[in-house]
Amino acid sequence: MSLIELKDIHKIYQMGEIEVPVLRGLSLNIDQGEMVALMGSSGSGKSTLMNILGCLDRPTSGKYCLDGADITDYSNDQRANLRNKKIGFVFQNFNLLPRTSALENVIMPLAYSDEVISKEEEIEKAKKILIRVGLGDRLDHYTSQLSGGQQQRVAIARALINNPPVLFADEPTGNLDSKTTAEVLEMFKELHEKDRITIIIVTHEVEVASHTEKIIRLKDGQIEEQD
Amino acid sequence: MKTARLLLTSMTGLRRNLLRATLTTLGIMIGVAAVIAMVEIGQGSAKVVAKTISSMGSNTLLIIPGTAASGGVSFGAGSVMTLTPQDAEALIREATTLRAVAPIVRTRGQVVYGNKNWVPSSVTGTTPTYLQVQNWEGLTAGEMFTEQDVRNASKVCVIGATIVKELFDGESPIGKDLRVQNVALKVVGVLSSKGANMMGMDQDDIILAPWTTIKSRISGTSTANTSQATVSTNTVNSISNLYPSTGLALYPAVSENQTANTPLTTKLINIDQIMTSAKSAEDIPVAIDQINEIIRNRHNLRTGEENDFSVRDMSQMIKAMTSTTALMTKLLLCVAMISLLVGGVGIMNIMLVSVTERTREIGLRMAVGARAKDILLQFLAEAIVLCLLGGAIGIAFGRIISILITTFLQWPTQMSVPAILAAVIVSASVGIIFGFYPAWKASKLDPIEALRYE
Repeated sequence: MSLIELKDIHKIYQMGEIEVPVLRGLSLNIDQGEMVALMGSSGSGKSTLMNILGCLDRPTSGKYCLDGADITDYSNDQRANLRNKKIGFVFQNFNLLPRTSALENVIMPLAYSDEVISKEEEIEKAKKILIRVGLGDRLDHYTSQLSGGQQQRVAIARALINNPPVLFADEPTGNLDSKTTAEVLEMFKELHEKDRITIIIVTHEVEVASHTEKIIRLKDGQIEEQD
Repeated sequence: MKTARLLLTSMTGLRRNLLRATLTTLGIMIGVAAVIAMVEIGQGSAKVVAKTISSMGSNTLLIIPGTAASGGVSFGAGSVMTLTPQDAEALIREATTLRAVAPIVRTRGQVVYGNKNWVPSSVTGTTPTYLQVQNWEGLTAGEMFTEQDVRNASKVCVIGATIVKELFDGESPIGKDLRVQNVALKVVGVLSSKGANMMGMDQDDIILAPWTTIKSRISGTSTANTSQATVSTNTVNSISNLYPSTGLALYPAVSENQTANTPLTTKLINIDQIMTSAKSAEDIPVAIDQINEIIRNRHNLRTGEENDFSVRDMSQMIKAMTSTTALMTKLLLCVAMISLLVGGVGIMNIMLVSVTERTREIGLRMAVGARAKDILLQFLAEAIVLCLLGGAIGIAFGRIISILITTFLQWPTQMSVPAILAAVIVSASVGIIFGFYPAWKASKLDPIEALRYE
């Protein structure tokens, strides 16, 4: 069963008078538990596609089904809720809160969840995930005291706090050296294999893409090839 | 739960930039401190002014006789002698809103002791209740003369501090004999010093004696009618030695019929004024009505007939005095409010900077599921928390300032709970008003652009 289903997605940006089409009739299926790399040169529309997949942006036309629900016409608040529950984000520049402990960073998304759980439960939950990403001894460290690889692992822990079925990683290794890149990719693999989390990685590094099961190449707003 | 979390989030948000938060809220802090200090000083001085006024006998009502006119020539206020000691007694008995009533007989003249002489500004004949009417704090030495002395027209007196200074030169005046217009009066007490009154007149330059003594032994005549009234008639009656009054024709010649219809007892004894004191400032209007009714009744005045006396109060003066302090307080409050406004603009400025600076954080929060409303509330909560903390510190500062002022400058201050409540409400509203725009701006950010913001 497809977790993500895109049908004939168009995205047109309005630059003053001129219409700039970025995605032109793109259709895509990603199954539950897949690990996919999204590749393409700059300007190919992969960031736009990522934003649409991540419910941050709306397509100009087309249909988007996530986890069996047609979310094309969802309101902003509904999409925010969806991002909170079903989607985890990992960014190239980590986007951690400055002057805040690793634990607090991981707990942060819970503040926007519908389910209200006690502070103790939240801490317990965040601790478990941080231990899982190998940062059990760094709970109270400020993010600025952590290395790049550690920071990205905090970001991954934050993405996982609400147990989302899908994880989007936008150039997750762009700011990391080869050793930590390997560590982070290893972590993605583990999540993919053990927890059956669908992982979509946007990258332009072939090395990173080679760790995935499927590579989707974009060119001029259309899928060039899938394998 | 949600509110607690919101507060916690905003607190951590502020804690991340503690110095800036402190500097931002400084405006509010100073504004609130100024408001609190101003109001407390204002209230303190208002209280002192009220106290001063009441010590001058603010609730005092003065009853003076009416005006006589003869052939178109008015003799001025108090030129008819219509008030009697019995009027004063009736007021004591019947007027419920009066605290004390004292009949007044005035004279003026030279006072001699030993080889010194002095002309006091007032030689007043009255009863012991005079001290209550005037709110006089009491005597520094000796005792007030008694009702007994009044009944006996005893030759005693109580003197003010100025007289002691002028005539006794450090000597104790108690038991000494003063000569007032050649009548020897024994000094039984010394009044506490009261200083000058609002007109600048020395209130300590006074000799108090039983009114009967003044009336029968010293002046024998009312001061009011020594002027022009004496010119009009000069009849001498049989008791002119005891009461050497000039015998002004009080009433037109009464026909026999009239005498039969209105059996008026001849008023041999009259007094210059009656001084009374209302129980409180609020009672003054009622007291005036009561006085009018009682005295009109006693003087057999018919409805429609004009009063043969008039009642004066000092409420006008009190109003002027209190309104001055009230105006000053309001003025200072306005200045303080402006500083609060400036503080609010400061908050808005920094919140705008903060929103720009934390654009990425806002984008991230939106990406992990924060709705526009959540972002709005978060930044609004930060502004309000900032203002309330500033307000709280400001209140503490204001209190400290007024305590310091009381300690070092001896200015009176008084803690004001309404001012504190107002300060809290105002600082919270400043937070809401000036925090709303930045928060709204933050909530309208596009998450994609916010995440990419450098």
